[in-house]
Amino acid sequence: MPGLPLPDPRWADVPLALASLGLALWLTLTRRDRAAVIGFTGYGLLVGLVWVRLGSVDVALTEAALGGGLMGLLLLIAVRRLGDGTALSPPPALLTRLLVGLLCLAVTLGLAAVVLGLPSPAPSLVEAVAQHQALTELGNPVAAVLIAFRAVDTLLESVVLALAVIVLWSFGADRAWGLRPRALDIGPPSSALLLLGRLLPPVGLIVGVHLFWTGADHPGGPFQGGAVLAAMAALVWLTRLGEPPPVDDWLTRLGIVVGPLLFLVIGLSGVVVADAFLGYPEAFTKPLILLIETAKTLSIAVALALLVAGPPELPGSMSTGQPATTESRVTG
Amino acid sequence: MTETQIYGVCGAGLIGIGLYGAILGRSALRRLLAFNLIGSGVFLVFGAIARRGGLAGGGASDPVPQALVITGLVVAFAATAIAVALLMRLAAVEGEDASSRAASRSTDALSPPVAASASNSAGGEEPARAGD
Repeated sequence: MPGLPLPDPRWADVPLALASLGLALWLTLTRRDRAAVIGFTGYGLLVGLVWVRLGSVDVALTEAALGGGLMGLLLLIAVRRLGDGTALSPPPALLTRLLVGLLCLAVTLGLAAVVLGLPSPAPSLVEAVAQHQALTELGNPVAAVLIAFRAVDTLLESVVLALAVIVLWSFGADRAWGLRPRALDIGPPSSALLLLGRLLPPVGLIVGVHLFWTGADHPGGPFQGGAVLAAMAALVWLTRLGEPPPVDDWLTRLGIVVGPLLFLVIGLSGVVVADAFLGYPEAFTKPLILLIETAKTLSIAVALALLVAGPPELPGSMSTGQPATTESRVTG
Repeated sequence: MTETQIYGVCGAGLIGIGLYGAILGRSALRRLLAFNLIGSGVFLVFGAIARRGGLAGGGASDPVPQALVITGLVVAFAATAIAVALLMRLAAVEGEDASSRAASRSTDALSPPVAASASNSAGGEEPARAGD
């Protein structure tokens, strides 16, 4: 904001770094699992700020949405269902702690020495990206790298998300196959949560789609938008305003694979119509990129939401190892 | 010290803290948190290097490492979700084991599916066993 006497943001660097380190140390040493998980969620938001200071707003948005938001929800649910600190192993001997501490200190000092002694001038791909960015008609260099210059990474990454959902579903008990995931079903929501579940999703839907759309020219993109959309779905499931789809629902399965599949098909057709795998013909670059990004946003949102929702479960089998009752097995 | 150096050293510190937690964490969930701290530290070191490259090239940050970190964050989330599901399944299987041991003490010659349903009713009568 011009005109306001804001302090130099560089003053924030040392406190921000110390706060991140302090919080990380505290959540490693604290006794209770729940406190550690809440600390970790706050840590995700702090690191989001660090990314802003490092000039990577795209990464900051991803970190805040995934590391601060969805990951916090996932881990809080896990603490709730696994029990809070009931299965703590006894503290290791002082000598062990000392030796491991020294090892970790050595690793840190070695890495710090490397970071402080990086060669100058620093290698940079900024110019290479800026030089070819016009071909993609994208204003955001990170989006151009993700969808065009390093498209193979992005393709593999979207396949990994689909595989992760398959692996997650395979953890369900055999008898639960074809049922709905129930990890987020942790009892009737409080009235405050219910209000949030009614008010936030419409706003989040618009924010998510906006993040995806604006990602072409500004920070944002399919990952950030998809993460916000997934968080909204998780909120609806958490407040019982909706239910996650059963794992044999074909529409859900289509939603998971449509992004990577479309990406792969267009990438393969690039071998024929353009010059290489994952190459785009020049006349259709922007429309093709838009098509892939749209499908990818949808697939990322579906996959992330399903990753939070967990494997399929028998109705009533909420807590650890408590088998389903006879009635619920009949209805299931 | 520039912000690159401050956050680069911060990333190195996070890797050390995460490593300590991953080795000596007192529950599997805490080791999972520590594992994520290591990942976060690695990303930050990478981000500091990207910032150096970006400043040298006349931008805010090198877009190529940024893109790699974004995909890395999503993959780390997927790995964490799988690990959480594994932990829950492990807890559920341990609970089932405890209740099926209780069931096999009373009836030995049951076929597996019947044994499973028997263990359910047994578990229903003795829910305390799951927590032992």
